[in-house]
Amino acid sequence: MKKTLSPALMIAGCLASSNVLAADTPELIVYAPDYFGSEWGPGPAIEAGFEALCACDLKFVTGDVMSRLKLEGEGTEADAVIGLTTDQTAAARATGLFAAHGKDLSGLTLPVAWDDDTFVPFNWGETAFVYDKTRLAEPPASFAALLDMSDDVKIVIQDPRSSVSGLALVLWMSEVFGDGTEEAWRKLKPKILTVTPGWSEAYGLFTSGEADMVLSFTTSPAYHIIAEEDETKVAAIFPEGHYFMTELVAKIGATDQPDLADAFLDYVLSDDFQGMIATANWSYPAREFEGALPAVFASLPRPDKTLFLPEAEAEARREPAIATWLKVMSE
Amino acid sequence: MLELQDVTITQGAFRLSADFVVAKSARVAVIGPSGAGKSTLLSVIAGFYPAESGRILWDGTDITHIQPGKRPLSILFQDQNLFPHLTIAQNVGLGLRPDLRLSPADHEAVSRALTRTGLQGMEARKPATLSGGQQGRVALTRALLRARPLMLLDEPFAALGPALKAEMLDLVAEITDETGATVLMVSHAPEDARRFAPETILVAEGTAHPPHPTTALLDNPPPVLAAYLGQ
Amino acid sequence: MQAPARPMSRALKTGAALAAALVLTLTLGTLGAVLTRAEGFAGLGAADWSALRFTVTQAAVSAALSLLLAIPAARALARRRFPGRGVLITLLGAPFILPVIVAVMGLLAVFGRSGFLNDGLAALGFARVSIYGFAGVVLAHVFFNLPLAVRLLLQGWLDIPAERFRLAAALGFGPGDIARHLEYPMLRARTPGVFVAIFLICLTSFAVALTLGGGPKATTVELAIYQSFRYDFDLGRAAMLAAIQLGLCATAALLAARFTLPSGFGTGLDRPVARWDANGPFLRTQDIAVLILTSLFLLAPLLAVITAGLPRLGSLPAPVWQAALRSLAVAGVSTLAAIAMALPLALASAARSGRRGLETIGMLPLATSSLVTGTGLFLLLRPLANPGDIALAVTVAVNAAMALPFCLRALLPAARELEADYGRLAQSLNLTGLARLRLLTLPRLRRPLGFAAGLTAALSMGDLGVIALFADEDSATLPLQLYRLMGAYRMQDAAGAAVLLLALSLALFWALDRGGRADA
Repeated sequence: MKKTLSPALMIAGCLASSNVLAADTPELIVYAPDYFGSEWGPGPAIEAGFEALCACDLKFVTGDVMSRLKLEGEGTEADAVIGLTTDQTAAARATGLFAAHGKDLSGLTLPVAWDDDTFVPFNWGETAFVYDKTRLAEPPASFAALLDMSDDVKIVIQDPRSSVSGLALVLWMSEVFGDGTEEAWRKLKPKILTVTPGWSEAYGLFTSGEADMVLSFTTSPAYHIIAEEDETKVAAIFPEGHYFMTELVAKIGATDQPDLADAFLDYVLSDDFQGMIATANWSYPAREFEGALPAVFASLPRPDKTLFLPEAEAEARREPAIATWLKVMSE
Repeated sequence: MLELQDVTITQGAFRLSADFVVAKSARVAVIGPSGAGKSTLLSVIAGFYPAESGRILWDGTDITHIQPGKRPLSILFQDQNLFPHLTIAQNVGLGLRPDLRLSPADHEAVSRALTRTGLQGMEARKPATLSGGQQGRVALTRALLRARPLMLLDEPFAALGPALKAEMLDLVAEITDETGATVLMVSHAPEDARRFAPETILVAEGTAHPPHPTTALLDNPPPVLAAYLGQ
Repeated sequence: MQAPARPMSRALKTGAALAAALVLTLTLGTLGAVLTRAEGFAGLGAADWSALRFTVTQAAVSAALSLLLAIPAARALARRRFPGRGVLITLLGAPFILPVIVAVMGLLAVFGRSGFLNDGLAALGFARVSIYGFAGVVLAHVFFNLPLAVRLLLQGWLDIPAERFRLAAALGFGPGDIARHLEYPMLRARTPGVFVAIFLICLTSFAVALTLGGGPKATTVELAIYQSFRYDFDLGRAAMLAAIQLGLCATAALLAARFTLPSGFGTGLDRPVARWDANGPFLRTQDIAVLILTSLFLLAPLLAVITAGLPRLGSLPAPVWQAALRSLAVAGVSTLAAIAMALPLALASAARSGRRGLETIGMLPLATSSLVTGTGLFLLLRPLANPGDIALAVTVAVNAAMALPFCLRALLPAARELEADYGRLAQSLNLTGLARLRLLTLPRLRRPLGFAAGLTAALSMGDLGVIALFADEDSATLPLQLYRLMGAYRMQDAAGAAVLLLALSLALFWALDRGGRADA
């Protein structure tokens, strides 16, 4: 097989040669979810911005971050990790791989208090049902009203077993409806057109007109307004509150580049980084400042009430919440 | 000289034993009832089917375990003697060099041989465009070029008409007379045996008997052969 | 006479052994690697068993339906000659090579809530129908796999020598007699293999079942494996589920082997096939109707994909084009690797008649969970190399292995017939080694080889390729860019990228398959 694989390796080598580095530039390896490798996400701007400051090479290694960290354990090459979500922090902390960040987080403008000593938030958002106002004339005014809508209204959600936002929904409902969650799912079920493995498939179904509403984020309409000048997409705001989600950055304790990792955390909190989050990541920056948000973004309706489950609580509720969902949806 | 020493062949419940010598340059018919093992005997001599025991020798050399293509023989099957995707010249050329890397002299030899067998000008044609008799001639031409000292014919001309078949047998006789090759020919037709083969091997009741003069055998057949011949 | 095993050349033996070893490493080896990291095994829960039931049921129904629909379509294509037939055959193969998400969008544009079908029904005053649920999963799987079934069965029809049809015509066979004496034996020989191939594809399906399944009732084993990795990081459970999947595969393959009967057509002289039996007006109408319906079912969703994306094709961002080039390179190398693995396996398998070990090994990748393969490879290779640096090589190896079962399905019957028809002749002429490959094997297997190469190239184009653990900044393939565009809200650009992907995949398939299908 060597014979047939070697041309493969040669081609692979040629294709990969673009990231061969000058040997004396220090390299900061940051594990990140796939969207950091995308040209249409914040990755390229972050890389350019930080490299201008650090005289180093910032390398995103994208993919399934937590699985990779767990497989690698102490031997990980990562110096820092970006893009973890609150449903992963308990598992991440348990690996013992992370170091305290030592940063002053008092400048954060999250709608919830954040005093974690390991994980630094860089963005935040809230889950919401997004609809097209040309197709849904009477949007629900509350979560309860959503459940009472006609079963002809069709909603696409994501599977909590494979999607972060899908998991957020089951936790959101458990927080809003408490003991009545099972019943609430029973009322929602006939309106659920289908359940997709990830956010992209669901949002694609929504924009192609297949569904009337989609489980997404309160900030989703900003994309349509800014990039497409389309003001028909709206997030339904519920008085019961919306589920808070944040993405985090942290440094690896055993990093061989502790200073660079530290500098990277500083950069994440800088105006430069925080200012690009809105239109590169279509979410709110964790540290909002004057001018951090385009006007359209700033004027998006925001929920009055934010629902936030601390790590331990979210971890404890995850399995029963998914089980309830599975039970009702399988009936 | 072809020698089969205590050869036994088994195939499930079928058993055949053979212990005989065929003289050099002899032309021998192999006859016997259907299913007696005529084709199997040729298969074993050609190396496609292993003998259970015993040895096969050519001119004193043991060839029992040699690959079919390296044995000193050519074989013509009942059918599938030609590759349909190769031209006539290529099919014949395989007899000179299996990798078909033919020199100009080789090409000339192929053309000469084709002329010799009455197929001049057909070099570039494919087998499908030839008649059955012509296809037989192509296979013979290849055997001619391979020039192996033993030729096995497993009824390659069975599908041809009597006149055409006689013509082909004459051609075989002519060629093997020239080259001095030994020929073993499976046949169902006693008249072919009489015409072509001075000697005959009778295959019947689990035994391939040593060659016996054809005329004597056919004129005075043992009961099993008589039954087969319908006498 | 039962032919004994043909002695194989050392090159063939070595090639087959290496290919088998590579496949085993990628399938059982990776599973073993994951197992060694597992910490205990929990029992399977009720949800797992119901996932297993659903998985097997939908796969069996999808495979059966694909076959049932493929038989009339392949027969019509086999016995009709019309302008554009070659193009139609290629186009009908397209759904099989589409990335899941693109195909699903196309299907929904036709069969979805606001698709053509429902708009039509509504305009006629009928109630709208919903495809979400079991029906949707089966619909999508038939859409994906009908093309494969049609192509493999068409190959079966084309492999019936022209002489047999001539004989049939001479004997005054009607269509019923042809069916009984020629087509039925061919189908008996081919359909079990095709059924198993499709069954296994549907078995490991993940995104289709979820998106169109309507909810967790439509959970497959592959999703359960995903969940074990994603949240619980329970490698033991993941490995156990993967082993169950493999067990299902083995059972299905064994059953298929039991039901496969050799067609025993023998061989012909490569005369062009002419059909004297199918000129009646009834059969003509039937074939035309079958072809129109099949084309509508398979091509309307494609048309929807093209209509949606074509306007954006010209203005696609540069990274998409770069990814397209990278994907083409990956597809090219993957194809070479797949053929280099499949050919020795098929030839060795054919030379050892009656022994199915190699064939079974070649089918293993179909039943393998890609997550387990990815994780296992990561564990195996990490001590040797930086995962990011070998991302493309891993992609090539995995693509080649994943395409191997299809290549084998295409090559094996032809290789067996080659061995049966010309094995002795080649041996008697001492035609061995490279000369045999050049003068006999390659020319005689040209048609299935072209098909296998085209299929592999197209599948490699459409595959997401880089497994989550091997991703690297600079190794994004075209399908990955498509998903990234969608992930960044750019649904329009994603539609454009989908058209590009579709066009490139089809072009690759067309070019390679055409080389082998001059007369089909």
